[in-house]
Amino acid sequence: MARRTVDARGSFCPGPLMELIAAMKMVAVGDELEVLSTDKGSASEIPEWLRKARHEHLGTEEKDGVWHVLVRKAR
Amino acid sequence: MKILIVGGGMGGTILANNLARRLASELRSGKARITLLSASERHMYQPGLLYLAVGRMTPDELYRDQASLLEHDIEFHVDPVEEFRLDNNEVRTKSGKVHGYDILAIATGSRPAPEEIPGLAENAEQFYTEESAIKMFRRLQAFQGGRIVIAMGVPHKCPMAPLEIIFMLHDYFKDRGMLDKVKLHYTYPIGRVHTLENVAKWAAPEMDRLGITYETLFNLKEVDGAKKVVRSEEGGETPYDLLITIPAHRGMEVIEKNGLGQRGWIPTHRHKLTMEGRNNVYVLGDTTNLPISKAGSTAHFEAETLGENIAAIVKLGAPVRDYDGKVFCFIEAGKDRATYASFDYQNPPQPKAPTRAVHWFKVAYNKLYWASARGLL
Repeated sequence: MARRTVDARGSFCPGPLMELIAAMKMVAVGDELEVLSTDKGSASEIPEWLRKARHEHLGTEEKDGVWHVLVRKAR
Repeated sequence: MKILIVGGGMGGTILANNLARRLASELRSGKARITLLSASERHMYQPGLLYLAVGRMTPDELYRDQASLLEHDIEFHVDPVEEFRLDNNEVRTKSGKVHGYDILAIATGSRPAPEEIPGLAENAEQFYTEESAIKMFRRLQAFQGGRIVIAMGVPHKCPMAPLEIIFMLHDYFKDRGMLDKVKLHYTYPIGRVHTLENVAKWAAPEMDRLGITYETLFNLKEVDGAKKVVRSEEGGETPYDLLITIPAHRGMEVIEKNGLGQRGWIPTHRHKLTMEGRNNVYVLGDTTNLPISKAGSTAHFEAETLGENIAAIVKLGAPVRDYDGKVFCFIEAGKDRATYASFDYQNPPQPKAPTRAVHWFKVAYNKLYWASARGLL
């Protein structure tokens, strides 16, 4: 299992969730991705997509204005 | 100082011309040299493909000879790079020639990859190449009515394209007096109709007003051409009579083959635009892995930053400014109205309601682009 960071700080377009969706193509099932976002909307948008797309949301933490959303590719 | 630019698209061309002007005296004295390597002798205005697909531009309007766009002091070769030997500061081209450099800029761009989704390439129309845009136009002209579905992959070049094509299709069929026979259905990968929240807030009611239906959290999984349905990774399924796609893109194969970046995207410093781990290799345009729009506008602003910085390296020994993530994108909202989104790493866009004036400015820019490529605008 590997972990990769998706640095989407300052990304309005395509935005953190789009960056995550693109990054999902580059990792194996079971790998973890940590999305860094300066958009507080990511804290709800990313888990919403993960539920619908049946991937795992491992947690979200805010540090100094940056949301860290941890994700596992489940399929 | 030998400056080598790989890629003759918008980023590489603007950078070459910008540098040639800034370094005019150094080029004359032989202190600096600029070489541009491209895969094509022609330069395409790629945003024109959207108009080509709906019969509002013709193929000849999309091209200029690449050499005609370049300052005369730029050494230009149609000879694409096949091998990057970054440890030796040199590249090898298709013809077998080896070019050394002190500074390398990689601007090889991206390519649509519809083949990654089962059934997509065979069953969907798209407008990301001249050939496919003409095919889509002919298909639209022959269309007698039914359900048109827009579906897309991620990442894609020009994040405004999905909205632009749906609104332009609405006006296209309105002009043909066919709106009562055509049902337009728009799908989008995330939970609103556009990734820019402010743009989505404008676009969703606009779609409601025009009778365009939409479905969000829809990422292409497969297309069943026999049943004429498209399915999503999220479990959705929607029928179509005509499927139009904005395909997921990858960087160029040469980048992947040389191990410079997964899926052809090169890891790039967001402010310096250097390739990670390389101080004398710069990356711009679609080729970067930066979380900003894959669009000509991005390449343009990156090229201006790099032009200033590389010239400063030659003249002062160090770069002078950071790239701030600046992007400016027009958004066509139909055949005769448009708006725009302007943003950077710190400031989100605040798009205004579409107007005819912005549309005509975009139409003018479609011609002014050639001045832009020459580094004049």
